[in-house]
Amino acid sequence: MSVVLVLMLASLLVGLTFLACFVWAVSRGQYEDLETPAMRMLTDDEDARGQGPRAKQKGKRPHE
Amino acid sequence: MGAWGQGAVLSGVTEPGTVTACAHCGATCPDQHHRDGDHFFCCAGCRLVYTLLHEHGLDRFYSLESSPGVRPADSAQAAGAFAHLDDPAIRQRLLDFSDGRVARVTLRIPAMHCAACVWLLENLFRLDDTIGPARVNFPRKELALSFDETRTTLSAVVRLLARLGYAPELNLGSLDAQAKDPGARTLLLRLGVAGFAFGNIMLLSFPSYLGLDPTADAAMQHFFGLLSIGLALPVLLFSAADYWLAAWRCLRGRFLTIEFPIALGLLALFAQSAGEILTRTSEGYLDSFAGLVFLLLCGRWFQHKTYASLSFDRDYKAYFPLAAARHEQGQLRTVPVTELAVGDHIQVRHQELIPADAVVLSGEPCVDYSFVTGEAEPVRQPPGAYLYAGGKQTGGVLELQIAKPVSQGYLASLWNHDAFHKPREEPLQTLTNRAGRAFTYAVITIAAGTTVVWWLLDPSRALRAGTSVLLVACPCALALTAPFVLGTAQRLLGRHRLFLRNSGVVETLARITTLVFDKTGTLTRAGGHAVAFEGQALTPEERTWVAALARQSAHPASRRVAAHLAATPQPASAGVVAVADFEERPGQGVRGVVAGHRICLGSAAFVGVADGNPGVCLSLDGQPRGRFAWQTSYRPDLPAVIQRLRPRYALAVLSGDHAGEEPHLRALFGPQAELRFGQAPQDKLEYIRGLQADPRRAVLMLGDGLNDAGALRQSRVGIALTEDVGLFSPSCDAIFDASQFARLPDVLGFARSAVGVIKAGFIISLLYNTIGIGIAACGRLSPLVAAVLMPISSFTVIGFALLATRGAARRHGLEAA
Repeated sequence: MSVVLVLMLASLLVGLTFLACFVWAVSRGQYEDLETPAMRMLTDDEDARGQGPRAKQKGKRPHE
Repeated sequence: MGAWGQGAVLSGVTEPGTVTACAHCGATCPDQHHRDGDHFFCCAGCRLVYTLLHEHGLDRFYSLESSPGVRPADSAQAAGAFAHLDDPAIRQRLLDFSDGRVARVTLRIPAMHCAACVWLLENLFRLDDTIGPARVNFPRKELALSFDETRTTLSAVVRLLARLGYAPELNLGSLDAQAKDPGARTLLLRLGVAGFAFGNIMLLSFPSYLGLDPTADAAMQHFFGLLSIGLALPVLLFSAADYWLAAWRCLRGRFLTIEFPIALGLLALFAQSAGEILTRTSEGYLDSFAGLVFLLLCGRWFQHKTYASLSFDRDYKAYFPLAAARHEQGQLRTVPVTELAVGDHIQVRHQELIPADAVVLSGEPCVDYSFVTGEAEPVRQPPGAYLYAGGKQTGGVLELQIAKPVSQGYLASLWNHDAFHKPREEPLQTLTNRAGRAFTYAVITIAAGTTVVWWLLDPSRALRAGTSVLLVACPCALALTAPFVLGTAQRLLGRHRLFLRNSGVVETLARITTLVFDKTGTLTRAGGHAVAFEGQALTPEERTWVAALARQSAHPASRRVAAHLAATPQPASAGVVAVADFEERPGQGVRGVVAGHRICLGSAAFVGVADGNPGVCLSLDGQPRGRFAWQTSYRPDLPAVIQRLRPRYALAVLSGDHAGEEPHLRALFGPQAELRFGQAPQDKLEYIRGLQADPRRAVLMLGDGLNDAGALRQSRVGIALTEDVGLFSPSCDAIFDASQFARLPDVLGFARSAVGVIKAGFIISLLYNTIGIGIAACGRLSPLVAAVLMPISSFTVIGFALLATRGAARRHGLEAA
């Protein structure tokens, strides 16, 4: 039965990791604006290929 | 999403002679005067933006959506505009951050409307290298950007935005720190923790779900139990914290809300589970406990729908300008409006707002009070007149002397009324709380009775049976009904551009007995004036000439005349008429020579006729010909709406206007309706208060202007009707798009149906509770029964609430658009 114990604790640990990620995401404000990232994604293709000057700028963009 | 790739570019290219859409904003071009290569534009502003973007390699803007541009306001081109933003006192309060080199500012830009706008605003640094990274928050319509303070100024950044058509909303209210909503974050965290605990406790409860023999591995069973308590503790202390606080407030305030029986049930659940696990009697009900908290929080989250881009709490500050030009020792200086004092001399130019009640020293006042009254027609005043704050000067320069401090003007003083000082009524009398109160008494009685009976039969089981009743009677399903019904109703209404401040407004709407309407801008259409020509009839040719002249001007009156003349058939031979010697005098009129005839269009004094009536006078070759008069035009749906409302509601109309329209309104509203004219903002508020002296009356006020703000606030439900929901609206409970005015009876009917759905949901949840209480009172409640019964009851009620509310919406013609 000790196998079950170990597995149980391991699964709890995995769950806790996800909970921690969630808490981190919420406190960073990632759930506050769910619309703009979706719109940004539509216009990001060109820059992702590194064609626009945005590619250079990206490195400089400070995280809020 | 519009056309990708080619379509958008092609839209501006057409052969001469056909109707052309502006390549920038998509509006119809009046002529083909403005062009850049193959592209045509409706105005110089649009062409300028196009050229600017083109030169900086930002053509992609036009391929993201079809005609995504916004027509820039004419005033944005002025070089001195926004200079007041660099005043240290204003700058400091607008900037989020500044270290002398880099500054950050958050601006609200109502004009942004699509993915292309987001892209352009976030790529501003390509236009101007003094601008740093920018981030758009689309739901809030906010742009946060940083700029290099050593090389540019805030005013230059704002001017660039305005030139592109994205003028930020800057007013006296922008100076106040913006309140953020911290509740949403905490709620999400609580929900996450509860969901995590719920899932894992269920996992740990699997042995008992599968009916494994608990005696086979007692140590393991006990370990799982302890682990469950460990997982349930954060739920008890963090996730459910609001319920403990609310229950404590109930005890202290000696009133009962639905939170009290919920807290009681949750506490009984946790206490009995922990006790039974620690004494190794059973595996406990902690899965039900975590599940209930999780579902309750889901309900709260669902109900917590807000419209971030709308503002329901504006006061007069949102209408007032940031700064004014004051005369100081012979010089004109821009100062923040907050620094203005009585006696100061200020200058107000064309299209500027009057910041405080003031007396005219010189100049010709022609004031547009549309923010205040909803009436778009500028009012001409004699020199020396007393002007109220909030009006916009159209025409020449005014010199004013301030008569009252900004915060105590005619309008602003409305906000000093005590209606604005008491907080909005806490909805304690909701259906849920009333049902919860009766429920609480019943449950406590049954629990006490059960304990006593079992005490007589078998004292060892008495306490357990009593707490079983309390825990199974946790009115979770009852508490979930209203959030899901009201939340769904609020979302469905939102799809029809009927935005409620919060979902609780639906319940209040259902109890309305009296409807009070403002007239101007509410019953009538703002700017939707019918035009009639009075005087010597014009020949078709003359009509073409006048129309050609009127088209040259951007003034609303000229546009209205042009639209009126264009609406009638034109002679085939007309063709394009050239206007020579065109001259426009702001606030007075336009003149020019068309086909060899001198035409003069404008105010009576400008045209040179004696006519005191509002409207636009016309003279042809020096001969007065007549007047284009405005007629009040009611919303076309008005008669039908009133017809449907009359049988059920008491109606009233409050108008700031003279009583000229009384016969018409009387015929429409019927003999019972109260019609009041010449009402000042304060009068409207007092009238509503008078109605409310009768506690059986619940008053709904429908208004639009700042002058209705007091009445909107005083009434049970205040609804602001607005042509553009992104723009100005006074403090209110709901913002309705004016085009949806005809739906008012449906909305009220739907609100009543929604309350019916809530009541039906209560009955369903009570049925489940009765079954549960029955089992518990017999002393037969096992953790497994609770684990099955509670989720089933909650999910039935949620499913019923969602489906029945949608059904009700369909019956009232409000199905998902």
